[in-house]
Amino acid sequence: MHLATYLGLLHTSLRSLAAAFREVAKGHGDEPDVQHTCTVLASRIDAQTEKLGPIVGRYGEDREDEPERLHTAEFTETRSGGVGLLRDLQDLYALASFTDITWTVVGQAAQGLRDKELMDVVSSCEQDTARQLAWLQTRIKQSAPQALIAARG
Amino acid sequence: MFRAESFGYRHPVDRIADVWGPRTPHGRGADWPARVDQQLADGVSESDVDRWVPSACVLCSNGCGCDIAVKDGKIVGVRGRAEDLVNRGRLGPKGLFGSWQAHGKERLTRPLVRRGGELVETGWDTAMDLVVRQSRRLLEEIGPLSHGFYTSGQLFLEEYYTLGVIGKAGIGTPHMDGNTRLCTATAAAALKETFGADGQPACHTDIDLCDALFLYGHNMAATQTVMWARVLDRIEGPDRPRVVVVDPRTTPAAEAADVHLAPLPGTNQALMNGLLRAVIANGWVDHDYVSHHTLGFDELKATVEPYTPQHVAEICRVSPAGLLRAAEIFGTSQRVLSTVLQGFYQSHQATAASCQVNNLHLLRGLIGKPGSGVLQMNGQPTAQNTREAGADGDLPGFRNWDNPDHVEELARLWNVDPLTIPHWAPPTHAMQIWRYAEQGSIMFLWISATNPAVSLPELARIRRILRQDDLFVVAQDAFRTETTELADVVLPAAMWGEKTGTFTNLSRVVHLSEQAVAPPGEARSDLDIFLDYARRMDFRDRDGDPLIKWTDAEGAFKAWQECSRGRPCDYTDLSYDKLRGSGIPWGGERLYTDSVFPTHADYCEDYGHDLLTGASTTPTDYKARRPDGRAFLKAAEYTPPPEVPSDDYPFIGTTGRSVYHFHTRTKTKRAPELQKAAPQPWVEISASDAADLGVAEGDLVRVESSRGGVEVPVRIGRCRDGVVFLPFHYGFQAANELTHTEWDPVSKQPLYKLSAVRIRKV
Repeated sequence: MHLATYLGLLHTSLRSLAAAFREVAKGHGDEPDVQHTCTVLASRIDAQTEKLGPIVGRYGEDREDEPERLHTAEFTETRSGGVGLLRDLQDLYALASFTDITWTVVGQAAQGLRDKELMDVVSSCEQDTARQLAWLQTRIKQSAPQALIAARG
Repeated sequence: MFRAESFGYRHPVDRIADVWGPRTPHGRGADWPARVDQQLADGVSESDVDRWVPSACVLCSNGCGCDIAVKDGKIVGVRGRAEDLVNRGRLGPKGLFGSWQAHGKERLTRPLVRRGGELVETGWDTAMDLVVRQSRRLLEEIGPLSHGFYTSGQLFLEEYYTLGVIGKAGIGTPHMDGNTRLCTATAAAALKETFGADGQPACHTDIDLCDALFLYGHNMAATQTVMWARVLDRIEGPDRPRVVVVDPRTTPAAEAADVHLAPLPGTNQALMNGLLRAVIANGWVDHDYVSHHTLGFDELKATVEPYTPQHVAEICRVSPAGLLRAAEIFGTSQRVLSTVLQGFYQSHQATAASCQVNNLHLLRGLIGKPGSGVLQMNGQPTAQNTREAGADGDLPGFRNWDNPDHVEELARLWNVDPLTIPHWAPPTHAMQIWRYAEQGSIMFLWISATNPAVSLPELARIRRILRQDDLFVVAQDAFRTETTELADVVLPAAMWGEKTGTFTNLSRVVHLSEQAVAPPGEARSDLDIFLDYARRMDFRDRDGDPLIKWTDAEGAFKAWQECSRGRPCDYTDLSYDKLRGSGIPWGGERLYTDSVFPTHADYCEDYGHDLLTGASTTPTDYKARRPDGRAFLKAAEYTPPPEVPSDDYPFIGTTGRSVYHFHTRTKTKRAPELQKAAPQPWVEISASDAADLGVAEGDLVRVESSRGGVEVPVRIGRCRDGVVFLPFHYGFQAANELTHTEWDPVSKQPLYKLSAVRIRKV
């Protein structure tokens, strides 16, 4: 069974995602809403990781470094300016999408296994991931025209 | 002065000492008795007055009907209108003294332009040429996104609508907002999230009819004194309502309350979840109403479940018994009226907490019924119109920026290409407009009738932005202010009483305020200034005709009526003639009497947001829920505030209002009685904190946050331990030196109530 591989993948991707949200929060202190919301979302991702604990205890996990690669490639440091913010948010979107589809895959396995506990975890965490994506999309759509058309430098 | 003889009071009343005036108690369901308050200039008697010109007061959101006294072409006083449904003749101290005395003092009478670093007087042609040249140049070089407009909650409806059309269809910028962002953005946001559109469900008469009154973060006794007089008259009459006040300070309203809950600033959401849980757990829910008229009960119930009285008590530092008593009053009173203001709006999780007030009413079906409802209060007199007419971050007529049909309607009405009207994202909120200016992507900022150099958070930053070389600032005001001193062009504006227009108060009552006297010197009405700009910019519609087709206030009102047709704020039944009698509400006395809410996907003003992050709900997701007239019970867990006390900054600083001043005092400081009553700022701290700090009443202290500091004398009392209060009105030793640039995720209202500060004796 390869569920352990996917749980490992999920675990790593959650850790990477939380770290990335925290880095963006730290790097964009001049955008208070970005800073605050990224911090709030990061702590909720920590809570997702905790929920995964008992599941990992049951099925084990094999770690892969794919999300780490994605993370290090994108987040060596945050960028600055209007376009920089846009790009950082877009990277978060890519990372969150990776997590989102990983939850989907694990959720499908949970159904196949008839594991009610895992299904509940997936359901609540998928909602939370949807919230991250919705916020990122809202903020990106708001920033894009100003950054691409009017911003200087 | 109170007009004693007509109503049986023998002695004139000092309305500075007695801000609410003599009691006229009334029982539940009785009409509130009239009491006419009047103030005339020294040496002027009633028989000297040439004319009384009908208007309504613009020194708070209550909108008291009044008549302006005119003698020899000058305003010489004011009196309340006994027949007006809002105030029945009363006026508060600000209205009595502050509404008319500033007119002749230190006015701007000619435009000013900056030359060699100094503001110098010039004529209108020179000033407007400069404005139009800058505007044209930036439109050509960068486009509409280079322009921002920051207006007020103190102009007239006609002026906002004209400005809205100029900005949205003439220039086509999404960067328009009002200082209403600082005062009532959360009112609008909470109403939209719950009911689908802005609009206050309740009315003033509900004070006369209610069995319980809940004030959430609302020091009504200071902010709406005439409204509070009505409450006091109920409290002193037979069948008095029970009163519950939620406020970290022991305000006069809290002193009159049966239950006073003083949560730590920043914890309102936990308190509200606790109240909701108690109401649900005790079976005080009207399940029939909830199932027919709302969506989201199960999620709400699950979200509030962890908020036991004990848990809430730990977070908010309130007594569990007090919480349960408040819940019981809410759950068992037949008719409940709730009001909400800055203690919720300018705090952490502002929209979430304000929505929970709506939720409480929905759970019991107490909305749209006599004596029951919600007033998500406004702060400024005309804030409702900023929101209605599209001079803020909304489209006119409560239209939905995310609904292409609504945008198309506006495009048809204005005869412009729909693509001209920015609707790719929510219109830009004020805090973001200032951020873009700081970053240099907004280079033209037109400020009208507001004083951001005193009223915005983190003033050092605001001054820095206004001084930026590459930001062209136009400031339009009646007086020189802290803001005009940093502008490139200053345009002299007419004040209330010097121009005609309408405005709408906190319970949707529309008043017509007619011109009583001519503006001083070359000052012009804000409407005329906007019209002049539109003419000089030569904004055209699709047929090449002028975009703005009106030339006066009544013409603008008629154009607005067409814009409002069929929308929740439909003004088509009103007219200047009808409004010449007294105030009339749009939408009827109460909204939602049929329990049908404006949530239909094709009708609603907004598809809503995630309360935690402010993420927009997509049209597809909104439609999938099929709200179809049902209200949303939106839930949110409590999260800790972004700034909490630390070892370095051990107190929570909150800002607020004095009963004697309005906003940044441009009018009230020029009324000698008001100025004498509150000439300078102060910091209020609890007796126990004062003892710990070794300071006494009147001692000068330095209050500092990580952003800045002020030196002010101490007043002892009213605050709970660990919390200090500063009035925000003053441009010197200004409270907003301390506040931070941070806002609610949904309403984008700044968090003025939550600055970590330290205090030391000077």
